[in-house]
Amino acid sequence: MSAVSGAVALDSRLMPAMTADVPMRGPLHRSPSLTCKYGLAYCDGRMGDLLYRALADATRRTILDELADRDGQTLFEICTRLAMKHNIGASRQAISQHLDVLEAAGLVRTERSGRYKFHHLDTAPLEEISERWPMPSATKETNR
Amino acid sequence: MRITVSSVYVDDQDKALRFYTDVLGFVKKTDVPAGEYRWLTVVSPEQPDGVELLLEPTGHPAAKTYKEALVADGIPFTSFAVDDVRSEFDRLRGLGVAFVQEPAEMGPVTTAVFDDTCGNLIQIASQA
Repeated sequence: MSAVSGAVALDSRLMPAMTADVPMRGPLHRSPSLTCKYGLAYCDGRMGDLLYRALADATRRTILDELADRDGQTLFEICTRLAMKHNIGASRQAISQHLDVLEAAGLVRTERSGRYKFHHLDTAPLEEISERWPMPSATKETNR
Repeated sequence: MRITVSSVYVDDQDKALRFYTDVLGFVKKTDVPAGEYRWLTVVSPEQPDGVELLLEPTGHPAAKTYKEALVADGIPFTSFAVDDVRSEFDRLRGLGVAFVQEPAEMGPVTTAVFDDTCGNLIQIASQA
């Protein structure tokens, strides 16, 4: 549910910039025979660029750490955690821009609830990384 | 010079008085007519002669815009000290208060943020 809605929101936002040969991610768009190709295209296409760029920043990784600690935070809570726990002195505007980058990569989803806005972690895009460069299987580990 | 009063903008003074006394536990200190509204303050029962909190009407249109912008980003209008955020969180939640931030350790302090039902988010804080 969350992965699908995330993909839909992402796709509509990125549509103008995406070319026809860049497939969309998510189970709805993936046929079994094309799983590998789709995974690779994701990683090397525009979505892949967004994903790796989003992860290539220490502040953004810390934001993901804090959302993993507790999912569903207001902008204020995220800013407070960064300032008080990690001594990150970035402005609210800068943190907001980091969140935009994470959202474009599909790693963060925002949800409005009444007058409030909450940020949620979505690790679904990270699946593409382990699909592309698989971890050693559990059997290999035990045989070692 | 001394600080004797601080204020929160409330959308309804009667409703605010009920919430800040019946739910939060403050006590009414001053209630006098002041034109269209009232000069209405509450104090902490722990400090009856301490700083008064003025429940000030959100009369100016810009105040409403300001409050809504703060709430949208989860920013509390003000902060109150409590002995223990977690037990206060349990007490208030039991009374039906909505929290947008459950208790979290923020370095040297523990904080939580709730909705005062009058258009504001309020933070409570205690030493961690």
